[in-house]
Amino acid sequence: MNAPARPNDYTAYPDAKGRFGDYGGQYVPETLMPLVHDLSAAWAAAKVDPAFQAELKGYLTHYVGRPSPLYFASRLTEHFGGAKIYLKREELNHTGSHKINNCMGQILLAMRMGKTRIIAETGAGQHGVATATVCARFGLPCVVYMGAVDVERQKPNVFRMNLLGAEVRPVTSGSATLKDAMNEALRDWVTNVHDTYYLIGTAAGMHPYPEMVRDFQSVIGQEARAQIQEAEGRLPDAVVACVGGGSNAIGIFHPFLNDEGVKLYGVEAAGEGMDTERHAAAINGGRPGVLHGNMTYLLQDREGQITEAHSISAGLDYPGIGPEHSWLHDVGRATYLTATDAESLDAFMLLSKLEGILPAIESAHALARIGDIARDVGKGGVVVLNLSGRGDKDVATVAAHLGRQI
Amino acid sequence: MTKARIDARFAALKAEGRAAFVPYVMAGDPDAATALAILKGLPAAGADLIEVGFPFSDPMAEGPPIQRAAQRALAKGMTLKGTLEAIAAFRAEDQATPIILMGYLNPLVTWGFEAFAAEAAEAGVDGVIVVDCPPEEADPLADALEAHGMALIFLTTPTTDDKRLPTVIRRAAGFVYYVSVAGVTGVKEADAQAVAPNVERIRKASGLPVAVGFGIKTPERASAIAQVADAVVVGSALVDEVAEAVDLNEDVTRRVLSKVESLAKAVRFARRVPV
Ligand SMILES: Cc1ncc(COP(=O)(O)O)c(C=O)c1O
Repeated sequence: MNAPARPNDYTAYPDAKGRFGDYGGQYVPETLMPLVHDLSAAWAAAKVDPAFQAELKGYLTHYVGRPSPLYFASRLTEHFGGAKIYLKREELNHTGSHKINNCMGQILLAMRMGKTRIIAETGAGQHGVATATVCARFGLPCVVYMGAVDVERQKPNVFRMNLLGAEVRPVTSGSATLKDAMNEALRDWVTNVHDTYYLIGTAAGMHPYPEMVRDFQSVIGQEARAQIQEAEGRLPDAVVACVGGGSNAIGIFHPFLNDEGVKLYGVEAAGEGMDTERHAAAINGGRPGVLHGNMTYLLQDREGQITEAHSISAGLDYPGIGPEHSWLHDVGRATYLTATDAESLDAFMLLSKLEGILPAIESAHALARIGDIARDVGKGGVVVLNLSGRGDKDVATVAAHLGRQI
Repeated sequence: MTKARIDARFAALKAEGRAAFVPYVMAGDPDAATALAILKGLPAAGADLIEVGFPFSDPMAEGPPIQRAAQRALAKGMTLKGTLEAIAAFRAEDQATPIILMGYLNPLVTWGFEAFAAEAAEAGVDGVIVVDCPPEEADPLADALEAHGMALIFLTTPTTDDKRLPTVIRRAAGFVYYVSVAGVTGVKEADAQAVAPNVERIRKASGLPVAVGFGIKTPERASAIAQVADAVVVGSALVDEVAEAVDLNEDVTRRVLSKVESLAKAVRFARRVPV
């Protein structure tokens, strides 16, 4: 395939049809088309409404705890002996990950649109918890769809959602994981078109979600850009993030897209290895297709049937990726690497021991590549890693892999 | 020129003064041979047009019955190519009954629209319904199908208001599908009184016959809808018959076709409200 030309202004995307180059779009059943058009219009208006932005900023400051710190990880830096490594501490947000940035934005939008019922999908349960949290805060009923397999894997998060007043509906159709939870949430939305708002948890799905979720998560990159200039007096040489659906990655990448000197690295989950079928790397191991409303890289078989993703990290266990990443990959603006389950576990332990921070197993995928990147950039350089979540939720998984009982 | 087969069939039914009965069956369900036997038996059982589903792993607009049918078919290895082979085998025996292929976009993207359209036309497909391909995204596929004489059939729904209707029917051909409930297949029930004004509105705007589906399970409901629509589509109730026959170890073909007969009879003898 010949690579499409690089644009002059990366931030001018998506276009009016929700396209990032060939990717994105609105491939949804007709019943939902009027709803996604309404949502696009509502978001376009809210985005430029100072009152909406001020309200959001207030909640991000006082409820979520923003700005999150940009922390110089000196011992990690020393360990690798390359560029200075900074961590963007999204794990310090309320509920423990970047997911709340998006949930806060979307719930304010949902209320502005007069919606009275919230639905969401979740894999690891982080987005489900963040959604249940904002629904509790604003008093809206919340239904979270979660694959039955994930309900088993992530019991503490299921209970957390229940404590927050949300109803968790286990999904047994298909492979009973995140993609099926998303199918089920879409089925709910098609059925309850008048009162229901679908709060998607990542920068994927049909337009306007990839754009809107990116915009809500871009607060990460905006802060990081100002913070690194404050700390180092310059832009970083590289920015690194893990990629599931791609929201924490696009959130930190986006404000740097037009700074061509800043290299952007996304890290996909390689599961048991890219030489096996058990991974979750849509760009490195998939090809373009249409699922969940958008054209993007997908894990699929020769017939175009979607195949199951595999990762130790339930939050990266999705066979697709947001369309903007597919486009950034094709035009060569961002580079997508992979990290296996085993490498991520090692990175989890390394950060815990060296910096006293338990990273989410998702974020540990980015950490697994930070050594290579820091050494590649070299001494005197600066890299920023998005620490998208905290690892408390993962201690049982890590213990199991270490063969330990807790 | 196979779209012509759809037009000819609706013209003949109009002359007869009755609505069409359109069964939906899933290719490869419960297995390729049985599904083909069912397909071949449908015209004699009273099918005027036939919708043939091709399975997809993630059918986001289907309720449990058709989801399970797709999973049964996929488990038996059914593919889009296999679906076209079944249609070609049907077409060798029946040149009059229009066949509408129905499913999701990704298998078509994988095949390539142009190459797929050429083979589908060759197999004897007359129209294609793609649930997750709304009019805004439909031009490349509609171009490829049109070039081979087939129609891309568009869906209208209770959320398709007057403002949106022109967008949806801009390239409509063959007939227009009216999804009678806001919801997935096979769950809510269609209400003939609520359906009637919508059918009228869509018929007037498009100048095409209007087929109603998604919430019709019984002969009574089929009869009520047949009085207001140009075609009545039944899917979930038929694939449920497949599932039950398999569970009870009964003759699947016989069971499905006898259900088709009762539904077709209800449609055939429904009194049309004169238009
Ligand atoms: C902490 C954390 N990081 C990353 C992800 C992956 O999502 P995304 O790629 O949208 O950031 C998740 C998803 O659950 C998560 O919980």
